Amino acid sequence: MSSIEERVKKIVAEQLGVKEEEVKNEASFVEDLGADSLDTVELVMALEEEFETEIPDDEAEKITTVQLAIDYVNSNLD
Amino acid sequence: MSVKDKVALVTGASRGIGAAIADQLGESGATVIGTATSEAGAEKISARFAEKGIKGCGKMLNVNDADSVAALLKDIQAEFGAPAILVNNAGITKDNLLMRMSDEEWFDVINTNLSAVYRLSKACLRGMMKARWGRIINISSVVGSMGNAGQSNYAATKAGVGGFARALAKEVGSRGITVNTVAPGFIDTDMTKELSEEQKQLMLSQISLGRLGRPEEIAAVVAFLAGDAGGYITGDTIHVNGGMYMA
Repeated sequence: MSSIEERVKKIVAEQLGVKEEEVKNEASFVEDLGADSLDTVELVMALEEEFETEIPDDEAEKITTVQLAIDYVNSNLD
Repeated sequence: MSVKDKVALVTGASRGIGAAIADQLGESGATVIGTATSEAGAEKISARFAEKGIKGCGKMLNVNDADSVAALLKDIQAEFGAPAILVNNAGITKDNLLMRMSDEEWFDVINTNLSAVYRLSKACLRGMMKARWGRIINISSVVGSMGNAGQSNYAATKAGVGGFARALAKEVGSRGITVNTVAPGFIDTDMTKELSEEQKQLMLSQISLGRLGRPEEIAAVVAFLAGDAGGYITGDTIHVNGGMYMA
């Protein structure tokens, strides 16, 4: 089983069409990885599916970097 | 046929234009879920589908209730898979001169004809985004473009769904989803049967083709937009009104 960090990075790379090595922890989806607003919505959808959870809209809006996504998953999964 | 084996959700499918749209999509091979406001209406749709050999069924839906919409989508997802085609057809009229219009008449029409389009479209988008394919088709009315005395509430909603379609078409075009509006003119349905003889004659005199439209003539345009042949049309309003109004 891959770590949460690896799984998040894999999804980010797939969703945004970037190489996995470009997906650094501090990378911002919009600023660094070229995501538009709809991409970020889809990214959250993909995370919800991968981790079988529902991310509320107000939480989803705060997930703007790879690290924030990892943190969210870590603190909301048991 | 490109709609073959796709799941289509048609609101207000128990009679009139909605029934014709549901049947046409079903006869083209789509699996159709047609909604009605009552269980009896839903059963009637299921029976009609069975008789015509159409896959799918009727379901009860209150388009004004977010929980009812969520429950329906969950049901459809489990039974048939996510809808790829959404036809926002359900609509009501509560005509009155604005000077006499009650808040209830205004908001009932806004909720059912406009806010429901928001609710249903939002609920169906997730599946369409994932599939990278989707069709949202709103049924408007010529009244949304022409105006009609006594229908300020109805006309506002019917113009509204066109604007909604244009904005949403820009949002989700990159995901292979088209959003269009079909604006029928004077069609022979229960809704137009409510008009007085005098109103009818006046309207007929404005129609170039000199007759009412048939529900099937609206359904044919919807089926075209739903299929691959209509795939390069998005954000548009197609007028189907016998020349009553030419945009």
